[in-house]
Amino acid sequence: MTARPIDHDIREITDDLLKMTKLVEETIRDSIKSLKEKNSDLARAIIANDENIDDQEDTIRDKCLKLLATQQPLAGDLRHMISIMQMIRDLERIGDHCEDIAKYTLRFEKMEFIKEIIDIPIMADMSAKMVKNAIDAFVNSDLRLARKVWKTDEEVDEMFRNIYDELMSIIDKEPDKSNQSVMFLFIASHLERIADYATNICEETVFAMEGNYEME
Amino acid sequence: METKFEIEKLNLYYGSFQALDNVDMNIYRNKITALIGPSGCGKSTFLRTLNRMNDLIQGVRIEGTVKFDGKDMYGLNYDVIALRKKVGMVFQKPNPFPKTIYENIVYGPRIHGEKNKSKLDRIVEKALYEVAMWEEVKDRLQKPALGLSGGQQQRLCIARCLAVEPEVILMDEPTSALDPVATAKIEELLKELAVKYSIVIVTHNMQQAGRVSDYTSFFLNGKVIETDKTEVIFSNPADKKTEDYITGRFG
Repeated sequence: MTARPIDHDIREITDDLLKMTKLVEETIRDSIKSLKEKNSDLARAIIANDENIDDQEDTIRDKCLKLLATQQPLAGDLRHMISIMQMIRDLERIGDHCEDIAKYTLRFEKMEFIKEIIDIPIMADMSAKMVKNAIDAFVNSDLRLARKVWKTDEEVDEMFRNIYDELMSIIDKEPDKSNQSVMFLFIASHLERIADYATNICEETVFAMEGNYEME
Repeated sequence: METKFEIEKLNLYYGSFQALDNVDMNIYRNKITALIGPSGCGKSTFLRTLNRMNDLIQGVRIEGTVKFDGKDMYGLNYDVIALRKKVGMVFQKPNPFPKTIYENIVYGPRIHGEKNKSKLDRIVEKALYEVAMWEEVKDRLQKPALGLSGGQQQRLCIARCLAVEPEVILMDEPTSALDPVATAKIEELLKELAVKYSIVIVTHNMQQAGRVSDYTSFFLNGKVIETDKTEVIFSNPADKKTEDYITGRFG
């Protein structure tokens, strides 16, 4: 096998992708931490940090563009590059959802929580793990893991439905708590979307490796 | 889709060396088929079997069938002259005759018996028009063809090939000696020619195969590893050997 210049460039881009993933994963965890602790400083840091995530997306996209223009990848290499370009967009969107969660944290600053927050951190943990594992599956060409993570989304959806039911019943029975309930609902919805983006990443992994989107 | 050539179990030997190994392939009418593969893989040899150019090489032995419009072109009493009129060829290096532009184009029709001056004039205009050269050279038809640029010479060779009204054009790396602008002109021309002609092109340039062809066939060690629609070959080939070749892992 010949060592190709493209291999070096793909490795560099993959390293950048891993760095971006680490940052995004930490941001998901921090966004829920800031909520739980009503830590406004952390929330503000998350909001400010979104720009870094955006910058990383720009950097990786520029490198992908340069590689496409100069090396003209084909077949597996081409699918790999297309997948990365989709994934960084997904990761960037996840960053936006975290920013939105952080904005809710700021609104909670002077409020007493209407209930103990239990399920949302669990959901956040699941979503963060999904994102990390989805990218790991891609980087390690692990089809089995990609399909497994993709399947986990059902659990996150189930959790979201439970949270939704619980909050709707609070709104029904205790209308004075509806303001916070709606905010929690939005937060849970952001986490549910984050898990959806993780499934996109899994689908892109299968595409990069197999050239199709067969997940089951 | 109409099949122009049907190739079945084609084996070709140069003496004891087997250059083509059990090749099966269909070549379709009005489509551009690209043949790719490393040097020595048999793609040019295969191309030459399509107009029986290999007959001219000593020690060549051929097995299997090659049908052109449904007729076995290696069968007894097959009219090879008529075949070569229908199946023209363009080579890697532009090879105009050391004659005028006009004489290059009328050479074929004259050999085939055309003597009428105004008919020959029309043939020249039509052939040059088809290769988008008429406007460029109409005022210097009596000038030496070798005075043209490399890209123009190659288009002239294509025009010379079109002058005998072929049905198929075989091209063996027709742009490898040309600069990117001349190459782009030939590629654009190929797309236009495919409306009327069936084209088979050997190329070492993956991007060129991707840009111009409808079907791509990958040759390795005399075997056809894979033939498929070009977009499939370059985005998701079925065989790992194809993938390794087109992504530059070997070859």
